[in-house]
Amino acid sequence: MTDTTERRSLGTALRDRFSDAVSQLAAAGALFAVFIFLSFASPAFLTADNLFNIGSQTAVVAVIAIGVTLVIITAGIDLSVGSVAAFSGVMGVMMIVDFGLPVPLAIIGGTAVGATCGLVNGFLVSTAGLNPFIATLGMLSVARGLVYIFSDAQAVFGTPDSFRLLGQGVIAGGIPIPLVVLLTVGAIGFVVLSRTKLGRYSYAIGSNPEAARLSGIPVRRYLTIVYVISGALAGFGGMIAASRVNSGQPNFGVGLELDVIAAAVIGGASLFGGQGTVVGTLIGAFLIALIRNGSVLLGVDIFYQQVIIGVVIWIAVFWDQYRRRRLAASSE
Amino acid sequence: MTTNTETESVVRMKGVSKEFPGVLAVDSVDLDILPGEVHVVAGENGAGKSTLMKLLSQVERPSSGGIEVSGEDVEFRGPRHAQSLGVAMVHQEFALAPHLSVAENLFMGQEPGRFGFVNRRAEKEDAERLLRRVGLGVDSTRLISSLTVAEQQRIEIAKALAIDAKVVIMDEPTATLAEKEIEELFGIIRDLTSHGRAVLYISHRLDEIFRISDRVTVMRDGKVVDTLPTPELDEDKLVRLMVGREVENLYPKPEAEIGDVLLTVRGIGRGRKLVDCSFEVRAGEILGFAGLVGAGRTELARAVFGADRKDSGEVELEGKKLRIKKPQDAIDAGIGYLTEDRKGAGLALQLGVDQNITLASLPASFGFINLKEERRIAQRRREQLNIRTPSIRRKVQVLSGGNQQKVVVAKWLETKARVLLFDEPARGIDVGAKAEMFGLIGELAKEGRGIVLISSYLPELINMCDRILVMNEGRVAGVIGRGEFSEERIIALATGMEEAE
Repeated sequence: MTDTTERRSLGTALRDRFSDAVSQLAAAGALFAVFIFLSFASPAFLTADNLFNIGSQTAVVAVIAIGVTLVIITAGIDLSVGSVAAFSGVMGVMMIVDFGLPVPLAIIGGTAVGATCGLVNGFLVSTAGLNPFIATLGMLSVARGLVYIFSDAQAVFGTPDSFRLLGQGVIAGGIPIPLVVLLTVGAIGFVVLSRTKLGRYSYAIGSNPEAARLSGIPVRRYLTIVYVISGALAGFGGMIAASRVNSGQPNFGVGLELDVIAAAVIGGASLFGGQGTVVGTLIGAFLIALIRNGSVLLGVDIFYQQVIIGVVIWIAVFWDQYRRRRLAASSE
Repeated sequence: MTTNTETESVVRMKGVSKEFPGVLAVDSVDLDILPGEVHVVAGENGAGKSTLMKLLSQVERPSSGGIEVSGEDVEFRGPRHAQSLGVAMVHQEFALAPHLSVAENLFMGQEPGRFGFVNRRAEKEDAERLLRRVGLGVDSTRLISSLTVAEQQRIEIAKALAIDAKVVIMDEPTATLAEKEIEELFGIIRDLTSHGRAVLYISHRLDEIFRISDRVTVMRDGKVVDTLPTPELDEDKLVRLMVGREVENLYPKPEAEIGDVLLTVRGIGRGRKLVDCSFEVRAGEILGFAGLVGAGRTELARAVFGADRKDSGEVELEGKKLRIKKPQDAIDAGIGYLTEDRKGAGLALQLGVDQNITLASLPASFGFINLKEERRIAQRRREQLNIRTPSIRRKVQVLSGGNQQKVVVAKWLETKARVLLFDEPARGIDVGAKAEMFGLIGELAKEGRGIVLISSYLPELINMCDRILVMNEGRVAGVIGRGEFSEERIIALATGMEEAE
């Protein structure tokens, strides 16, 4: 008898430990299935070149999505990341071209521009009390307007070759630097969410802001930090994107926020807050990238890609909600 | 009991059951409701009252059994169908559209007019007729959101009249009303029954049950225990039926040694909600807060804790003056507040038991959480407080109310709080868990903590407390010592019939 209870409690312990991982498992399963399918369907798919190419392409979306995941966990949303990425990218490039800043400093500078936009978002949400949707919708417009103003709506060229490194370079015999950057940001994000106060408080605030406040958590401060991080990662992602085309493009990232939010949601983040993981978001980002890449390889019309991605979002969220309802009902 | 009434019942439930995954919420219930009667369904939280009402109003489909309305078998077709049969529900949380007008709300779903057009004039006239019947003198074009809670409730009742309901179900209608409003509500209920309508009234407030009901059906664990005419009941008997055993041992009063003054609160004021409130709590002492809903008990606790701002007043702990501007200040000083709204403001439901326990005192250095330490803390509290969960990582969402409450207590014990403010700690937890919770509160007092216990249920206060502070309209109306406890005395102070000494 002790034996069975032991076994059962081990089972429930495992279930509790990985209950969030299960939703990622589904997304991971889908990712794996698509991967296998494409390996057979297209000879061009399973080549180092193509896979590294996917890695680099995904870097921008995935880096930004990690920041947005953090925001979504607090029951917020950041719609401004596409505009902020373009604004930061162009400003970073202008720092090099017009002010002669060394490339590494300009990358930090571009990231700081994004962080500043995030600070404004954070202030509007945490202190001015605006709904996150509205606050960041405003920033979406403001940042896009600013980038056109500063760049006269013209692409900014004239960066040195060393700027290509971030978005196009390779190390260790062919591993793309953007992929390495993405994995590094992902690892940091994972540690922040699972091991730090910032991560824990984000989940707590997203789950129940009033309970968090009454537990003595400085809710406003942490909310602000979360939006700053999202802005900074959008800025950093903007710099990667600029490096990939070796120029500052004011038109970059229109509609990017939708891909980013899709990646987070496919990976199990809940728009109601309290749920979401870095691993899930990365899986979501790669799933979208594979669908895009596969569509190109198989010659599927670009418009159908959009349809497929939309359907994937529906399925992912539906399955996740269904699973959670069952879990809640069975453990009563 | 009601064997000869088969033909005249407005509603008959025959062996009705409702099963949710893993729970039999309603267990083969038989119930007759007669025209013109006020029929109270009483029982503890979780006894199945609300589910039963949902079955009757066709919000939920019965798993088995049958329901008759006016002698005819009812087929399940949803709440609208129930309304068309004359079963109306006055929800605890009103089902009104706040941005629409009174008239629009009254006729929602059955607007007068044709071909999809609304006959505004007919709507207005009908609305005013209904409003007069529920004694509400508001303009039918006003928006719902501009009305008080009591007025909104009248609109709900008027809605029931609009569909010419034979049975009006009221789910704890007095929970948010002031005493005067309750009196008016009872007047309306009597008016309804005098016109032959039946009122099915859910409540667990004993005083009300005796004031308004003709018959009482007591539920426990999903079953009907008994249905009795009210005159055949007294409070003791009713409580015994509700909880299923003697009540005395529900409140194990601790033999705590009362020490020095721990918490001193002086002259707290906040607008008109709190006026010059002062009190003190000693080590080992349980101080009760009594008063009517809206008297300011929760507001006072929240002001002390820093959850709401205060205009004036000071708080001292062990003679040291505190500057409390936000909850964190109070927590740092050693004060904890267990909110009355456990799910809405006490717990992060999607987080695990362990993460909720450490929420207010996360073991961390340089921003990094010590996960091992966290797990140890959670395990220790789980054993100490007997928190029943298969694993400390289990989301608190899926725990029972009693265990959730223990998680909240564990959280505050982790903050090393010397003074704990319990706001309705027994709300929403079952009877066994209540006794355990009060036992725990007693233990905490024994360990030399100062306890404030806010409760709307006088027996809880009278049994558990050393002194009871009674509030009335934002003021401290008086403080009564244990030797002089009596319900009459407390009610007199709470209603302003007796002046403070």
